[in-house]
Amino acid sequence: MDEVDLEVFEGEFFAMLGPSGSGKTTCLRLVAGFEQPTSGHIEIFGQTAEGVPPFRRNVNTVFQDYALFPHLNVIDNVAYGLMIRGAGKAERYRTAAEALELVALPGLGKRRAGELSGGQRQRVALARALVNKPRVLLLDEPLGALDLKLREQMQEELKNLHRQLGITFIFVTHDQNEALSMADRVALFNQGKVVQVGTPQEIYRCPNSRFVADFVGSSNLLPPEFVAGISGQNKWASLRPEAIRLTSAGGHEASVVACSYLGGTTRLALDLGSLRLHALLPSVATIPQPGQRVRIDWNPDDVHLMEDGI
Amino acid sequence: MNSPVGVISPGRQGILRRLADTLWRRPRLLLLLMLALPVSWLGVIYLGSLVALLVQSFFSIDEFSGLINYEFTLKTYRELLIPANLDIIVRTVSMAAVVTLAAVVVAFPIAYYAARYARGKWKAAFYIGVMLPLWSSYLVKIYAWKLVLAREGILNWLFDKLHLTWLLDAYLSLPLIGGNSLSVSYTGTFLVFLYVWLPFMILPLQASLERVPASLLEASADLGASAPQTFRHVVLPLSLPGVIAGSIFTFSLTLGDYIIPQIIGSSRLFIGQAVYTHQGTAGNIPLAAAFAVVPIVIMGVYLWMAKRAGAFDAL
Repeated sequence: MDEVDLEVFEGEFFAMLGPSGSGKTTCLRLVAGFEQPTSGHIEIFGQTAEGVPPFRRNVNTVFQDYALFPHLNVIDNVAYGLMIRGAGKAERYRTAAEALELVALPGLGKRRAGELSGGQRQRVALARALVNKPRVLLLDEPLGALDLKLREQMQEELKNLHRQLGITFIFVTHDQNEALSMADRVALFNQGKVVQVGTPQEIYRCPNSRFVADFVGSSNLLPPEFVAGISGQNKWASLRPEAIRLTSAGGHEASVVACSYLGGTTRLALDLGSLRLHALLPSVATIPQPGQRVRIDWNPDDVHLMEDGI
Repeated sequence: MNSPVGVISPGRQGILRRLADTLWRRPRLLLLLMLALPVSWLGVIYLGSLVALLVQSFFSIDEFSGLINYEFTLKTYRELLIPANLDIIVRTVSMAAVVTLAAVVVAFPIAYYAARYARGKWKAAFYIGVMLPLWSSYLVKIYAWKLVLAREGILNWLFDKLHLTWLLDAYLSLPLIGGNSLSVSYTGTFLVFLYVWLPFMILPLQASLERVPASLLEASADLGASAPQTFRHVVLPLSLPGVIAGSIFTFSLTLGDYIIPQIIGSSRLFIGQAVYTHQGTAGNIPLAAAFAVVPIVIMGVYLWMAKRAGAFDAL
């Protein structure tokens, strides 16, 4: 990892997004203390964190595989941190039961981790991390193993939990939808570097490089020659598929190469001669068929110029 | 157009092929055929002979004629509980317990290193290092230890060179664990038992430690546990099945062995030696059988207690 210069604000829901092997998980593990930096500096609430072992950091982690202790039941898993700190039995069971209620999982305390479903394990892992009242909660791809429905439900619950607790959440994911829908700010990682940091809107609307434009949502990358023809500037640009619309006059002429119906929207692959574009159109009565010639247009503001050619 | 026969190939000819098709259709029959031989081996020859031995323990020996009286009696068991025989049992069980405990202590760091850190050729070196002693003759190793531990042996020589003979002498003058030299003391017997059975503790322990995911150790540290706390609350409970598996070996092997205490140690008997002498020279098969029941009962109680204590909960 190199050139990772990040600042996370207190109480923020911060996402670290990137393809696998991009360094986002390593970055999280540096904050948790599982790995030590070979160079560079980490501060947590103004205190130097290099060389501080994980058990002395008031930071808790929800692991990707949940890492629940198989020899303990649910309540003992949740109460583990309290037990380590020497809390009495009555107190730690009471606090752990509260934490289980917080994650909407009351009454399962006596079960073993192995008897729970994936979604329930996820909640236990969350309760176990939160029971220690951390100032920062780290989540390593926490929803990766869940199916789509459950994932959407947990996304909402995590957001609610974040609002309710007011602590900092740092969240690692490779799923751009997850990052955009949940985070206050997103850091995009690629090949061990942070390539862009910003709010989901900034990242989506104004990607600063071809990598970002391509990774976050799908995007049409317009080569400099084409951009020069429409805006006069010799730069790469990104054009979101949903910004393209059909028109009866003006704009550009294109032929439809492929068409896939997605329910509410229809995705078209278009050939403009010099380049191919994807367009995402609302599914209306007349959907152009492959081979048909259409005219397309877009708002010039939607062509986002990028400084970075990478 | 495809011909209509193209999808399913015609039934095969020949007895073997038809048999193969039949077995494919009846997987239970196949399972039965495959298990018949090993199960009958285990059931009849292995367990059957054991039962025959146990039945012997309920017979008795006629003291005057030396003949076996084939009538059900508990007389032999009463004989087992006379002080001299009870001494043998207590001595053997204590030795087995101490050997097992020491084996856990010695094996743990080795197994932990192998499971957590050793990779590639270091892992191969670990396996060879642990198994190599098992490939050489057990008797050779015991006699080698006798040479090491004898009064004229290497250890004495080493202590002498280090001017520490007084330390060794002080140790040997201790009651119970001391003796004339290490090779005729319980300490000697203990050391050789520990050496010979150690691989049987290391391997299951390493296997159980290997199944503990690294993320559990990180989770424990994340939740505030220092390394010793993580060991106590996560590593040890999760490796307990391996400890139990290893201790079954070290414990029962020590309970049954009759060669090591005969060559190295005080001349006092262990269970294995008692079985050996009673069924050989003395011809008292019932008492030998009764002695042989002791380790079985002890292991049964031990496993029951381990289960009660939750040692297998993580399995």
